[in-house]
Amino acid sequence: MQMSIREIITALHGMGWGGLVLLAFSGALVEIYRLCTPERSAPLTSVEHKRLRAYLIVMAVVAWGAVLSGAYVVYPWYRARPTAVVTDYAEYAQRSLVANPTTAGWHNLGMEWKEHVAWFVPIAITMVAYVFTRLGADLAKHRQVRNTVLAFTVAAFFAAGIAGTLGALINKKAPVQGGAIVTLSGENK
Amino acid sequence: MNADRTSSESNIPSGSIAAALVAAAIGCFAVSALALLADAYASLGHLMTFYAPTGPLSGVTTTAIGIWLGSWAVLSWSWQRRSIPLGKISALALLLLGLGFLLSFPPLGEFLQGR
Repeated sequence: MQMSIREIITALHGMGWGGLVLLAFSGALVEIYRLCTPERSAPLTSVEHKRLRAYLIVMAVVAWGAVLSGAYVVYPWYRARPTAVVTDYAEYAQRSLVANPTTAGWHNLGMEWKEHVAWFVPIAITMVAYVFTRLGADLAKHRQVRNTVLAFTVAAFFAAGIAGTLGALINKKAPVQGGAIVTLSGENK
Repeated sequence: MNADRTSSESNIPSGSIAAALVAAAIGCFAVSALALLADAYASLGHLMTFYAPTGPLSGVTTTAIGIWLGSWAVLSWSWQRRSIPLGKISALALLLLGLGFLLSFPPLGEFLQGR
């Protein structure tokens, strides 16, 4: 069982950083929704407040990790340009997609949307973490602010969903490949 | 001690919160607007290539982050100790966020460029 270094790092970007961000949204949305409905929810205790603040800060860090690893590690491999003599595009994912009219949309729409909308996530979650850190449990008292914070969190979740889904589908159509081969189990033959 | 802390948090000027909300929306809008402009004008796309292997995406996102953090700092400074109408600010932030989302959708960008 083998994987190339690029495949391993692409998996860490998508399933590590990206997957963690998507999972983290479930907790963040539940707790922020709880803050947004003070008439129906018990107020946060000081322990819960500290825990949610730490949760949002870690979530922002993970979101930055996802976009930075994507833009500066995986994306250069994806968009690498083959030289004129290369005819096998297996290690040139973008070129492999756009060379075929039936797959070009995965780059022209899919990657073009994903590579930009993904950046909404760390920006929005950093703001949410900051506002919660400043206001704390008092966020529940500011109706307009708490609703806006919830809207940004939902929008960031939507953006993360677009980026994650398109990333997985694009990598299925044209996997990022190349680099040294790592044997995960079994013997080299 | 808890009572003191709650009291001081309640007195946080709305300006710092309003600045964070609007700046985040400006940052998201800037990502989409700069991406659209870099795609429409090849010279700007070339200028936005801060790191060649990543291409114009490097400059688009770095510049957008600069605009986000810069606008956050400027608005925080301008609005400090001021009471800002949070209803209007929230509406503005959501409008910019919505526009940012719309502009990020490639078919709309191509339509705006007349392709």
